[in-house]
Amino acid sequence: MDIFSNLALGFSTALTLQNLGLAFVGCLIGTLIGVLPGVGPIATITMLLPITFGLDPVGALILLAGIYYGAQYGGSTTAILVNIPGEATAVVTTLDGHQMAKQGRAGIALGIAAIGSFFAGCVATLIIAALAKPLTGLALLFGPAEYFSLMVMGLVFAVVLARGSILKAVAMILVGLLLSMVGTDLETGAERMTFGYAPLADGIDFAVLAMGIFGFAEVLRNLEHPEARDVVKQRIGRLLPSWEDLKQSAAPVLRGTLLGGALGILPGNGAVLGPFASYTLEKKFAKDPSRFGRGAIEGVAGPESANNAGAQTSFIPLLTLGIPPNAVMALMVGAMTIHGIVPGPQVMTKNPTLFWGMIASMWIGNLMLLVINLPLVGMWVRLLKVPYRLMFPAILVFSCIGIYSVNNSPADVIFTAAFAIVGYAFIKFGFEPAPLLLGYVLGKLMEENLRRALIISRGDIMTFAERPVSAGLLLVALALLVVAVLPAVRKSRNEAFAE
Amino acid sequence: MKKLLVSLAAAVGLAAGSAQAAYPERPITMIVPFAAGGPTDVVARIVGEHMSKTLGQQIVVENVAGAGGTTGIARGAAAAPDGYTIMMGHMGTHGAAPALYPNLKYDPTKDFAPVGLAAGTPILIVTRKDFPAKDLKEFIAYMKANSEKVNEAHAGVGSVSFTTCTLLNSLLGAKPSRVAYRGTGPAINDLVGGQVDYACDQIVNLVPQIQAGTIRALSIATPERSPSLPNVPTTKEGGLPEYEVSAWNAVFAPKGTSPEIVAKLNDALVKALDDENTRKRLLELGGVIPDKAGRSPQALQKLVESEVARWTPVLKAAGATAN
Repeated sequence: MDIFSNLALGFSTALTLQNLGLAFVGCLIGTLIGVLPGVGPIATITMLLPITFGLDPVGALILLAGIYYGAQYGGSTTAILVNIPGEATAVVTTLDGHQMAKQGRAGIALGIAAIGSFFAGCVATLIIAALAKPLTGLALLFGPAEYFSLMVMGLVFAVVLARGSILKAVAMILVGLLLSMVGTDLETGAERMTFGYAPLADGIDFAVLAMGIFGFAEVLRNLEHPEARDVVKQRIGRLLPSWEDLKQSAAPVLRGTLLGGALGILPGNGAVLGPFASYTLEKKFAKDPSRFGRGAIEGVAGPESANNAGAQTSFIPLLTLGIPPNAVMALMVGAMTIHGIVPGPQVMTKNPTLFWGMIASMWIGNLMLLVINLPLVGMWVRLLKVPYRLMFPAILVFSCIGIYSVNNSPADVIFTAAFAIVGYAFIKFGFEPAPLLLGYVLGKLMEENLRRALIISRGDIMTFAERPVSAGLLLVALALLVVAVLPAVRKSRNEAFAE
Repeated sequence: MKKLLVSLAAAVGLAAGSAQAAYPERPITMIVPFAAGGPTDVVARIVGEHMSKTLGQQIVVENVAGAGGTTGIARGAAAAPDGYTIMMGHMGTHGAAPALYPNLKYDPTKDFAPVGLAAGTPILIVTRKDFPAKDLKEFIAYMKANSEKVNEAHAGVGSVSFTTCTLLNSLLGAKPSRVAYRGTGPAINDLVGGQVDYACDQIVNLVPQIQAGTIRALSIATPERSPSLPNVPTTKEGGLPEYEVSAWNAVFAPKGTSPEIVAKLNDALVKALDDENTRKRLLELGGVIPDKAGRSPQALQKLVESEVARWTPVLKAAGATAN
């Protein structure tokens, strides 16, 4: 069995004292920095990239990978505790995770996120070790047409995400799509909706939008009713999930892992869809979907597992093709080239110690995350006991530092403040911000791939139906839409009448 | 209040005096106008590491990405010319930008004190592995006959792959459909997947794919073959000697930086380029290190002027603009 001897080689590399220490330090730094609101994995790795220059390549990559997982997990922590998603994949976690925190179940939410992530990480490591090579073909099957169809499917998830009025959800998705179109047009270089203002030329950063509309708006709302923030007064309750919680989460974790892992392999940031898809699935599977959005543990367990599985399988295109599927992986390519390893299809055969060492370190990194985070849960939860008058200035200050550090741009901080006001208005008028964020994330990918596909097909729209993978995805989207919208339309009517 | 101002002024004067006496006395910021990990960033970090040793002060890389690198360079151009803010410009920011950005806030030929050329990376012409044309001659013939059926992939308007392919297309009189991607990675992904037909890009991004046979290299746009890809013929060998381009990277200081400081920086840069280990790392990336004559501030000024003169008509004729 090749895979065992390969994994043995990997573990012999990753288990040296130095590399073990690097994995630990990476996960710890990643977690701590990732917990700063607004500082997601990309910003964290960019900031910490220079400190890896003194290390050997394997050690450097193990450290960076650790930072990546740590920051990814840290983003979920802020999503649960203060309703600020560190990056697109943590948006879904805010929905039920933060509700759980408000009900005094923050520890359980954090715990189940850590346990789900660990399970997903273990499975994903095995998938990568066993199937990396054959799965590469899947990534290459996806051209612009397939990508567009996949994003259409993603938008259907956005509709399902919504609580309450479908009309409002659709409106928010459209606003999200519009926001994603701000900036320099990729095909022509023309500026769109920038009003000639230079800082808008590169579009609106995800962190700016998410932090303003989620985090800052949440702060504004809390200031309005200081008593509404009852986390402080409530007893903290159990810190770790009970047997009952675990039983309830087992199936969502498994489904989330498979879903997230599959989407993570796709190039062009397919991993973004993982948590959304998992949330949709769980809501559909649930006996009582109305619990979702009100602190359902499945709504944290599934998406968090999907998130971590996707984070890991997105290494597959990088390791086997040498092509980074998203911005974080592009940074990894930079880190590898600085260390004199040019990632490509031959890394596996040319640098087997590096390749298998990294795969082994993924598993070790996940174990470290669990070891670091379970004890930290208590600390994070106690953080919520800090009086809010001390807490909110700290959130705002750290957020502003985080936002500034992403692009070293003062304009970003001002935009965040502006979006805070917008987000506050949304709350007041009963609009859910999550579909907006998903529309924003998918909008760019969708528009660009639509245009690419049409340029390649010379404007023939049938290209989406003629290509089998694309046609299949569109059919699934249609089916999902019917299943999702019909009952929801009926229900929202009922709700409207009830009011 | 007046007293305070006077003492402040004295302090500033003092600082300025000592700066002239012993530059550099604090860390130097080098603005890299692209995200960390990209080709220009890698060159800046490798060269900057050795320059720090010579100067006795750390060179801190600050990544200010945006608008094809012009955001970072505009910020650097406006910085105090005291030698503590320098920047890594490249072919795009100091060659193609005036044509692409009509509202550019700086003039590459006038607003800088050039320090010296750091390293360039050659440009390759690559196709999907089953493209009908097998070498540059066949490619030229194929493009003359069928260019309207062909799809070119590039990494976005204003990127190196965009500008260099614009030149190639205009030399061939070809009008392919140009498919824009966000960065080199996704563009090469679709080239490997056979969704698009050809691309022009920097060697560092392509070598592993070419060696693995997932894409085919037709030609390299340098006077000599590259040691990383000895089997790939040059454009001169392939019958297109006019197509000779390299994505160069060079260190600039803001206009008004004193000649003594520029000389010190240039000296540190030249020492870095002579260092065995630095050279090795740059060559591993497929980089081309400038010869002795090409490393002076004057040579860089000449290069910038000739590059602006070269790219402006090509890009204007193609109707390319990035804002």
